[in-house]
Amino acid sequence: MPVQTAAPRIEVRATAPVETTSDKAKVAVRNLDFFYGRVQALHGISIEIPERIVMAFIGPSGCGKSTFLRTLNRMNDVIPGTRVGGEVLIDDHDIYAPGTDVVDLRRRVGMVFQKSNPFPKSIFDNVAYGLRINRVTGSGSELEGRVEQALKDAALWSEVKDRLKTSALSLSGGQQQRLCIARALAIRPEVLLMDEPASALDPIATSKIEELIFDLKKQYTIVIVTHNMQQAARVSDRTAFFLLGKLIEVNATEKIFTAPNVKTTEDYITGRFG
Amino acid sequence: MDTHRHLDDELSSLRDRVLLLGGEAEQALERAMYSLSERDSEVAQQVLEHDDQVDRLEVEIDRQCIDIIALRQPAARDLRFVISVAKMAPVLERIADHACNIARAAIDLNNEPELNSVLDLSRMAEHALIMLRSALDAFTSSDAVTAREIIKSDSEINDLYNHTFHRLIELMVTEPATATRDARLLFVAKHLERIGDYVTDICELTVYMAEAAFIKHT
Repeated sequence: MPVQTAAPRIEVRATAPVETTSDKAKVAVRNLDFFYGRVQALHGISIEIPERIVMAFIGPSGCGKSTFLRTLNRMNDVIPGTRVGGEVLIDDHDIYAPGTDVVDLRRRVGMVFQKSNPFPKSIFDNVAYGLRINRVTGSGSELEGRVEQALKDAALWSEVKDRLKTSALSLSGGQQQRLCIARALAIRPEVLLMDEPASALDPIATSKIEELIFDLKKQYTIVIVTHNMQQAARVSDRTAFFLLGKLIEVNATEKIFTAPNVKTTEDYITGRFG
Repeated sequence: MDTHRHLDDELSSLRDRVLLLGGEAEQALERAMYSLSERDSEVAQQVLEHDDQVDRLEVEIDRQCIDIIALRQPAARDLRFVISVAKMAPVLERIADHACNIARAAIDLNNEPELNSVLDLSRMAEHALIMLRSALDAFTSSDAVTAREIIKSDSEINDLYNHTFHRLIELMVTEPATATRDARLLFVAKHLERIGDYVTDICELTVYMAEAAFIKHT
């Protein structure tokens, strides 16, 4: 896939409060603005995401949470006419700085989408795909080992180990989504972005994805967008609430769901919004 | 939206029920003390007979809280309200139980000659009732400031209890013939003192509900 060069940058000073934690920030966003053409979708977002936690983004449709998620690995670059201002630092390096290798960035910051999107290939080839195009493996046995490990990490290995050569499209919806997670994990990202990864799944498949997220945070920093507030409460350590392109509140998840600091957050959490 | 209105309706119904239970506990205490001071065992018997209704109400509130948590998954202030009610209902039921114990003591005491001793039981009961009423009002209006004041006022009941305790022990020593009756009154005093403690629990739950602050054991 052709990758566009960095979107033009603008300098914007915003007044939104900066969220900081004592833990080391894997991702630090400062005064981030984002525009679709002339429409400003994000306003002065500042947030820190500590390493190896699950951060959930919640908010009503159109609040900018998915747009913001996509700024974290520059997926929005592929949309014509978009502009970004401010900084997104991963391990203290601005990913929007000139000369950033976007392919390498997306290897470090993997993504799983709402709708599972396996390639029309075998289960094995789906997981091996990223490894092959990135030429990150040497021998065939190393490739097999990485595929097996990724499938194990995605809690799918025991279900597919005897049919690795069959089409990925023969898997159930929940299995396909875990396959996509395995594909993302195979190239060993540091951060995993998940955009409503369980919204199209039944409760059992959802539960497996949530258990997986819980296990994965031991190794990865995970950022999840979800419309399901109970899911955010179940899987995340910290929750950020977005509204109209602004970050309204970010706090420990138990604090957000029992005693949020901001009334707007409370109104949204309790379903009395609007 | 309809879903939110349903939740609001359910929370409102839950609030009504817990206030009803509070009213039952208050009335039970008032009537139990009346039966004691006016030596009216019939009223004491009514208190005991009414306790089943109090128990049923507590179970209904329990069920309603569980249903709301399971089906509506309340959060933030709604969650704090439901949790507070779920913890408050058994406390109110225990207050009614203490009132029943006072009613039983009244029936026993009413079968024996009246004691002429000057005791603070009426003042204790009056104070407990005021505390209970104020606590229910503070809960209704989510008034953490008043709830904290009520908690402080529990020390008055404790002081009255200590005074009553020493006075009754004194009576047991000086007038051994009245010891059984004195002991029964001592239990009444202890029940009133415990009611003060339970009202304190209610106020702590009100503070939690209003401010998300845990002040128990602090």
